[in-house]
Amino acid sequence: MTNFDFLKYKKFFILVSASLVFFSFILIFSKGLNLGVDFKGGTTIEIRLEKKMDIEKIRNSLSKSKINNFSVKEFGTANDLLIYTDNSISPSDIKNFLEKDLKEKITIRKIETVGPKVGSELIKSAIYSVLLCLIAIFLYLWFRFEWQFSLGGIVALFHDLIITVGVFALLGLQFDLSIIAALLTILGYSINDTVIIYDRIRENLKKDSSSELSILVNESLNNTLSRTLKTSGTTLLSIVAVLIFGGEVLRGFAFAITFGIIVGTYSSIYIASPIVMFFKIKRDWSVKIDNTP
Amino acid sequence: MLNFSRFKIGFILTSLLIFFYIFIGNFNFTNKYKIFLDKKVNLGLDLQGGSYLLLEIDINPLLIKKTQEKYNDIKKIFDEKKFDYKNLTFSNNKIQFELKNLSQKDDAINLINRSGRENIFLNNNLENLKKDFVYKIERNLIILQFSDDYIKNLKKDTINQSIEIVRKRVDQLGTKEPSIQQKGDNRIIVELPGLSDPSNFKNILGKTAQLNFKFLKSSSVDKDNIGFEKIKNKADGSFIEVEKKLIVSGENLIDAQPGFERDTNQSIVSFKFDSIGAKKFANATKDNVGRPLAIILDNEILSSPVIREPILTGSGQISGGFTVEEANQLAVLLRAGALPAPMKIIEERTVGADLGEDSIRYGLISFIAGFLLVFIYMIYAYKLLGFFANISLLLNVVILISILTLFGSTLTLPGIAGIILTVGMAIDTNVIIFERAKEELKIEKSNIIAFDMAYKKSLLTIIDSNLTTFIAGVILFYLGSGPVKGFAVTLCVGLATSFFTAFTVNRLMVGKYIKNNKDKLISF
Repeated sequence: MTNFDFLKYKKFFILVSASLVFFSFILIFSKGLNLGVDFKGGTTIEIRLEKKMDIEKIRNSLSKSKINNFSVKEFGTANDLLIYTDNSISPSDIKNFLEKDLKEKITIRKIETVGPKVGSELIKSAIYSVLLCLIAIFLYLWFRFEWQFSLGGIVALFHDLIITVGVFALLGLQFDLSIIAALLTILGYSINDTVIIYDRIRENLKKDSSSELSILVNESLNNTLSRTLKTSGTTLLSIVAVLIFGGEVLRGFAFAITFGIIVGTYSSIYIASPIVMFFKIKRDWSVKIDNTP
Repeated sequence: MLNFSRFKIGFILTSLLIFFYIFIGNFNFTNKYKIFLDKKVNLGLDLQGGSYLLLEIDINPLLIKKTQEKYNDIKKIFDEKKFDYKNLTFSNNKIQFELKNLSQKDDAINLINRSGRENIFLNNNLENLKKDFVYKIERNLIILQFSDDYIKNLKKDTINQSIEIVRKRVDQLGTKEPSIQQKGDNRIIVELPGLSDPSNFKNILGKTAQLNFKFLKSSSVDKDNIGFEKIKNKADGSFIEVEKKLIVSGENLIDAQPGFERDTNQSIVSFKFDSIGAKKFANATKDNVGRPLAIILDNEILSSPVIREPILTGSGQISGGFTVEEANQLAVLLRAGALPAPMKIIEERTVGADLGEDSIRYGLISFIAGFLLVFIYMIYAYKLLGFFANISLLLNVVILISILTLFGSTLTLPGIAGIILTVGMAIDTNVIIFERAKEELKIEKSNIIAFDMAYKKSLLTIIDSNLTTFIAGVILFYLGSGPVKGFAVTLCVGLATSFFTAFTVNRLMVGKYIKNNKDKLISF
């Protein structure tokens, strides 16, 4: 078994985390998120060209059409383009216009239209689902452990969530419904890690209620380190496979989960556990054992 | 925890066999043989290609119409019975008037209750009569409003009717296995698998298709004293005055077909009324030869032909300068009937079939890659025990797929990602147990006791840790939509199956191995 002193630099790590969260907040509110069509409404059309064409040409062609507000960008391969507009115009009209204007065969691969009302509903339900998830996890931890553990777990989750969203703001990656799904997965995954460490802390507290708390917490972290790293490792291996081979549609989603697993693993060790130490937790868990028949 | 009774072993093996049997039915080669289940995992629209449309019904125009009808009825009965009132007005869903003096109150309410029962109240049950309307009295001002119950019923009826009509329209256009479901109290989800260009459907679903036949205002006086209204003419965009009185409406149509007019080679729609409609139409045309008729679709005059002779057969045609496609569409709309209230498409998601195929390929490749990586890593980390874990991992995927098949869940691209993620996370159960066993072996010499303890001590930890992910998955399932829901399903089912395999198959294999190697040093 390893014998690292995880808590030695706890102040340093908490400071790093706090500033990362702080900068993420600033990024999210100043730079903002690159919201996908799910949330901001409008229409995206993914088209495939028969042969590669300069994207500027498509822009020029579209500016001659009725649409007055649009953006075009490459999507995965050079032949695939993504057109976004908030005009209510039929995608097949756009396709017909481009085909006529460019004299080039075009196939529509994907259309997503979200009305403004649906967009704001989706934002609302996304926020609700994340909050609901946090509350449910808080209550569950409270029920299974004590409120200090709940608090530590939730703080760590907030940390993971904010930093992941912050990275999306920083890199200007598209933020849509699939990213919300990824965030919820990160919540579930990160707390999973945390619970396993907490479980061990509790077990060690039962065995030994006299040693200093920091020693017990550190021992628990070392006990579980191998498992933490191995599981994070296998999960990372599988999600990195999706990131590399999963295609353009899943890229953002896979990226969020990959990033979230790394942050989540870190926070379980360096955030969730020190917080439990910070608040005084019940030391004598032995009573519980005596009560069991 | 390493011992299994014969009964338990039998149970585990039988259930595995059943899962395998269901799983294998998913492959094409089994189609040839009758003995396999002919049930496959449902592929989501993002994998098989197709169109998802969300329609929203706007109930307000219908409510205003109903209020206006009620207003007309009240006015009529008040005038008939010479009831004395002041300032009868209506706005949105409110009707109000003033009493000359308070003693008239009961009379007024009596009259209102008797007014136009047939078109206001959904049934003749007197019990319900009062519930359709609520009134408030402020001094001598009486305010009438539809009750919440009435509005709720109206909404329910409207959505049911709308679904019926949407279904008819979709059937008329013809597509394989469309799915039409209600969402909330005013929305309809239409899913059209395999459709890569839904523009045809969109044109047709967004139309109310209320067809009305009325007379244009002519120099002769307004016989029925109902009044006139201005309606937009489709041909030139001008507004033309039309009698408010309805001759006959699209409700009485029994058929409509697109066609050509021989002389002009123009696209037309020919229609046929039922007997009631034919009679109404005959009566009106008999008395009004020489007058122009207005054929109005959704508040737009399509054409205004002059009646040359009485039309007694109950059939006729509409020529409105249509293209062939427009004529086809109109015929479909008229055959399927009018929507009770206007409807809008508020969300659309369409995936072309080739993108769907690409997604399946990407999904499979990343699944194989992810699986291999985990497989190799586990053998590297835990040697033979890792191999056992891998076997149960493989079974895990088989069980997961067969459960999805069995329950008819939909597999989406995020769902495939969910399966791959489950592969990574499911191994956690094994990792926890093996790591625990390592620790136990430090204090315990006997392999059997050490592994037994490892399984015992890990159980609660595993439940605790998996439940939190499960909670997130359940929330995602209830609040997410479409593809995301597919992810939630595979995530949750995957957690359950990984728990099952770890504590049955895996434990069985490990238990057997440990018992056979009681005293050997187990390396991992």
